[in-house]
Amino acid sequence: MSERHLNIKSLVMYYRTLRGEVKAVDDVSFSLPKGETIAVIGESGCGKSSLAKSIIRLLPRNVSVYKGAVLFNGLNLMDLDEETFTKEIRWTKITYVPQAALNSLNPIIKIGDQMIEPLLLHQKMSKGEALERAAKTLKAVGVNEAFLHHYPFELSGGMKQRVIIAMSLLTNPELMILDEPTSSLDVLTQANIMNLLKNIKRELKISMIFITHDVSLSSELADKVAVMYAGQVVEFSDAETFYKNPLHPYSQKLMESVPTLRTDKKLGFISGSPPSLLDPPKGCRFADRCPFIFEKCIKDPPIMHLNEGFYAKCWLYEKE
Amino acid sequence: MSSPLLHVENLKEYFEIRRGLFGKRGYVKAVDGVSLTLAGREAISIVGESGCGKTTLGKTILRLYEPTDGKIIFRGKDITHLGWKELKWYRRETGLVQQDPFGALPPFMTVKRILEEPLIIHGIKDRKEREERIYKALEGVKLTPIEDFINKYPHMLSGGQQQRLVIARSIILEPKMIVADEPVSMLDASVRIEILKLLQDLQTRYDLSVMYITHDLSTTRYFSERIYIMYAAHIVESAETKELLVNPLHPYTRALLNVIPDPDPSNRFLIKEVPTGEPPNLINPPTGCRFNPRCPNFMKGICDAKEPSLIEASKGHYVKCWLYG
Repeated sequence: MSERHLNIKSLVMYYRTLRGEVKAVDDVSFSLPKGETIAVIGESGCGKSSLAKSIIRLLPRNVSVYKGAVLFNGLNLMDLDEETFTKEIRWTKITYVPQAALNSLNPIIKIGDQMIEPLLLHQKMSKGEALERAAKTLKAVGVNEAFLHHYPFELSGGMKQRVIIAMSLLTNPELMILDEPTSSLDVLTQANIMNLLKNIKRELKISMIFITHDVSLSSELADKVAVMYAGQVVEFSDAETFYKNPLHPYSQKLMESVPTLRTDKKLGFISGSPPSLLDPPKGCRFADRCPFIFEKCIKDPPIMHLNEGFYAKCWLYEKE
Repeated sequence: MSSPLLHVENLKEYFEIRRGLFGKRGYVKAVDGVSLTLAGREAISIVGESGCGKTTLGKTILRLYEPTDGKIIFRGKDITHLGWKELKWYRRETGLVQQDPFGALPPFMTVKRILEEPLIIHGIKDRKEREERIYKALEGVKLTPIEDFINKYPHMLSGGQQQRLVIARSIILEPKMIVADEPVSMLDASVRIEILKLLQDLQTRYDLSVMYITHDLSTTRYFSERIYIMYAAHIVESAETKELLVNPLHPYTRALLNVIPDPDPSNRFLIKEVPTGEPPNLINPPTGCRFNPRCPNFMKGICDAKEPSLIEASKGHYVKCWLYG
């Protein structure tokens, strides 16, 4: 297999709380070619955001286990020390848009001054140069450059989100991690932002990790799909197969629960709730909600490789 | 036709605002001339984006706000300006399901206490009867086995279970009508459908009418018979669900339908046409049609000059747009 742009192998991140160790990311692997987008889908608390933070190494202070490999253009990021990582990777080659970032703009600092901070810090640019770059990037995301001199409260939600996206584009990254970039926005504004992200993907060929709980929305960007359940990726697939023919029983049930506007289908749901990440079951974590449960499910299923590096973590796909 | 359960006519709800102590007085016109009807056992949806006034509409209909103008007729009785005491009857006949279940439940009360309170307030003195009704409501929302739940506090329940409890509370007085305000938007995808199906099930079981307020057009298709599209405090289009989804007339409805994705891998190759801009503020809405600054079919001199009226374009399909006369 050719060298992948991003290749994550057995990534693990646990953190310690008073009630025990939370297994937020538990042995996650997937890869992504350059310029493509992987959608990470899952319900709240399944570890999607923890996965993002583990990739960009923004770990909680109480982290207890952090291991595995994050190969980025062949370089294992886990081998870099903190200083090199901050200087060369975080916010330069890989940028991260956290959830509800639009509400974390500092209310008393002008948009322009907030935007250029990474340029001053990471690229040692002069202020004039940085502002010029910020103006150009703002224009590219469809916000009038005059807003550089405005405060965040003067912008609507959609415009704030555009500013945040512009900020993450400033350093010409190769990979963007977007955590629920449209979750607090209205339907039409959301569609506008999705158009913007599609244009960025098309024209700048930036790879993206798009984290969302919304299956329909994920299909707007995804070339590859990773479905997370209880801290693990249970299915890794390409978009063409996944949206038409999901393999893991959890993916299938999740797809059944998505209401559609254009096609008639019978809606389903998954009864019960996901296991706690404090003490997940020893066997398959989806077993007690799974309609296909059989004897083998009491043992943890290994990754069952299908074609082209895709996989499902389910005993149903065991090869004889 | 028999008279509907609820009939709302030209309802208005304005909130007064003032800038500074002696500043100019203004109004946020959150609901501005809305009419609708809800038949017994019918489910309707009010669909709109945040800030369009849909929640205020629901709360005004429940008389949690005092209407500024218009009429609310419920079971033939005008309840628009009923006083607090007379409203008690109306409170019994109606229920509210809030958006955020955890915020809607008192954290220091047990499930039993939460469900018992409305019964006490509405004068059910017999303890045995109260208990029976609590059990019946919990069974109705499938929080079973009941013994496992009855002494728990809200924080011990999952999001889906909390929302079931909120629903149980809303039906405990056996109302005729429920307003469900974004009942599933805080829940995970896999439990959303479960809750909506539960509401549908209760609707037939208890002869309930449901007013489902949502921003999510894709679920309405499965759970309501008629859709009202709300934009900037107005109803801009209403029709039976199938008709509205197949044959949308208003440019706003069309835009909404156009941008809502179904899971399909070909989506990633399409750039969709989306109206630019944001909904107007409701203090100073645009003159003429309120959608005119964003409308792809904008006609100068018409759309920005006079407000269109709601006309019946085809049988039962109403639209408020100059394109249709």
